[in-house]
Amino acid sequence: MRNPFVMECGEFRASYKEDMALYKIPRVRYRVYAIIAFFAVFPLIFPEYYVGLATLCGIAAIGAIGLNILTGFTGLISIGVGAFLGVGGYTSAILTTKLGLSFWISFPLAGIVTAAVGALFGIPSLRLKGLYLAMATLAAQVIILFVISHWDSLTGGTAGMVLQRPSIGGYMLSSETGYYYLMFVILIFTAIFAMNLFRSRTGRAFVAVRDRDLAAEVMGINLFKYKVLAFAVSSFFVGIAGALLGHYTMIVSPELYSIQVSIEYLAMILVGGLGSVMGSIYGAVFITLLPVVLRGLIETLSVFMPGLEGVFAGLREVVFGAIIILFLIYEPEGLAKMWRNLKDYFKLWPFSY
Amino acid sequence: MTFFLQMLVTGIVVGSVYALVALGFVLIYKASDAINFAQGEFLLIGTYICLTLITTYQIPFLVAMVLTLVFSGLLGFVIERVVLRPFIGEPVISMIMATIGLSSLLAGIVHIIWGHETRVYPQIFPDTPVRLGEVVVSPVYVWSLIIVLILLAFFTLFFKYSKIGIAMRATADDQQAALSMGISVKMVFAVSWAISAVVSSVGGVLLGNINGVNSSMALIGLKVLPVALLGGLDSIPGAIIGGFIIGILESMAGGYLDPIIGGVKEVVPFIVLVLILMFKPYGLFGKEEIERV
Repeated sequence: MRNPFVMECGEFRASYKEDMALYKIPRVRYRVYAIIAFFAVFPLIFPEYYVGLATLCGIAAIGAIGLNILTGFTGLISIGVGAFLGVGGYTSAILTTKLGLSFWISFPLAGIVTAAVGALFGIPSLRLKGLYLAMATLAAQVIILFVISHWDSLTGGTAGMVLQRPSIGGYMLSSETGYYYLMFVILIFTAIFAMNLFRSRTGRAFVAVRDRDLAAEVMGINLFKYKVLAFAVSSFFVGIAGALLGHYTMIVSPELYSIQVSIEYLAMILVGGLGSVMGSIYGAVFITLLPVVLRGLIETLSVFMPGLEGVFAGLREVVFGAIIILFLIYEPEGLAKMWRNLKDYFKLWPFSY
Repeated sequence: MTFFLQMLVTGIVVGSVYALVALGFVLIYKASDAINFAQGEFLLIGTYICLTLITTYQIPFLVAMVLTLVFSGLLGFVIERVVLRPFIGEPVISMIMATIGLSSLLAGIVHIIWGHETRVYPQIFPDTPVRLGEVVVSPVYVWSLIIVLILLAFFTLFFKYSKIGIAMRATADDQQAALSMGISVKMVFAVSWAISAVVSSVGGVLLGNINGVNSSMALIGLKVLPVALLGGLDSIPGAIIGGFIIGILESMAGGYLDPIIGGVKEVVPFIVLVLILMFKPYGLFGKEEIERV
């Protein structure tokens, strides 16, 4: 039995099985359990306001994991996440209010419909990449949003639609706490799915496509299949995030899914770390809390500097832009990499060689 | 028929502004392979500065315009130096996100300084309408078109004959070769950002004179993508022709289709974008060297 209080000084893998393990070091398993347990009791400890914020962070994290599967792992840039969130939200809204389906049916359907739409817009990715693909997805964003805001009979036009919170076994998830647990379960499922995806054949194929698509094709990976699949899987999670968000805020309307949202999601995976599942979660939390923290800061400062509230909207954009640029320049691999560096530092501390 | 001509003239004028902004976009792409999503914000900043100089400081229009251009040029220089230089040779996504971040940063600054409400330029061009046959055109339109055409001609000649213009083309062609011929590639990048900011702000000032100024003008930065792509991302004549085509298409769609499907005008350029991407991704005049898979 090893001394449990001694830090590891590195990861020494002796077999392929160890290399593929979800927990690279056995002890990590207990840390993960502890973190999950903390967030499971989170709503019981903290006031409702923080639970609401955590729910928003978690929903954003589900979407960010979805986008990261596409952009971070498969290397296909998408500036259309906002619209895909909208597809998910609207699908669920239409199915529950117009057709009277239960949330538990409409929710997976929202994911599937978004996956189908995503796959459709993913077809050009066979011929386009990099900048050209970014433009194609930008066009998707504009066109989907146009359809949503002009198909009045189905979507209610610019006014949007009103949704209900779901219920389970007669118990309405109308409280912040109830909805938090719904989000929590789905987030854990999403994160585990994504982590396992990249231990599987399909996920490895995605990464191969990212690293060099020609080489991947030579090795027998069907590019078309895997690129479209990446779009579909990614959009599925973005879609369920959209449905969750729609039922949480209880309203869907076109301006909630603007290109600004797409950019925010891209910023999340960038700040968190491209190609990292945990990174997506860190990034989602970071970007979601940024305006909240900024607002708090401004409210504190405005005691000394009146008139500061007026510039909040502008200041928020400035800080948002500056953070993207600074992360890109100083830590392009994001928060996930920072965290890894910190751990590596302490693994070797105090002997850094 | 008069309606058609009216729409055509509007389209040409708006298209000329698109051409100008797309020229700036293409210039940056050609020189440094960077895609500038902040083009719209360049336009916005130029417009607001010119407006402030005229209304707050009571400077005559021409002087204000020159000052604006000088400032825009400096801004382009500084931005290239501070923000974009670290991204030379980085993957596309870094470049795209960096300019998206830049656009958010600049838009935020504009909102802090000038707020959100629409402002109008004081009367600069005479307001007696000009008659061209049956079509009545406001002088602002005529002047805009003249100024844009002069600028476009100037830049075409500039790239063809001036020393720095030739250096820019050489850099776009082959950076390594240009470097070994003693061209300062960094200088070329800086100059292309400066020129890009300058032409965008001219476009912005003209558009501001036509429609008034507010922060939604930055959306032109997005519309410039279909324009540049239609002409071919690395083709300067392409940007000019693409600008006119998209401008006219948009105006026609606004005139004829808007009564049937409201707001279709805004989405037409992007439908064109999808069609180009599907059938001719290198555009009308672009170099056919996209890596196919």
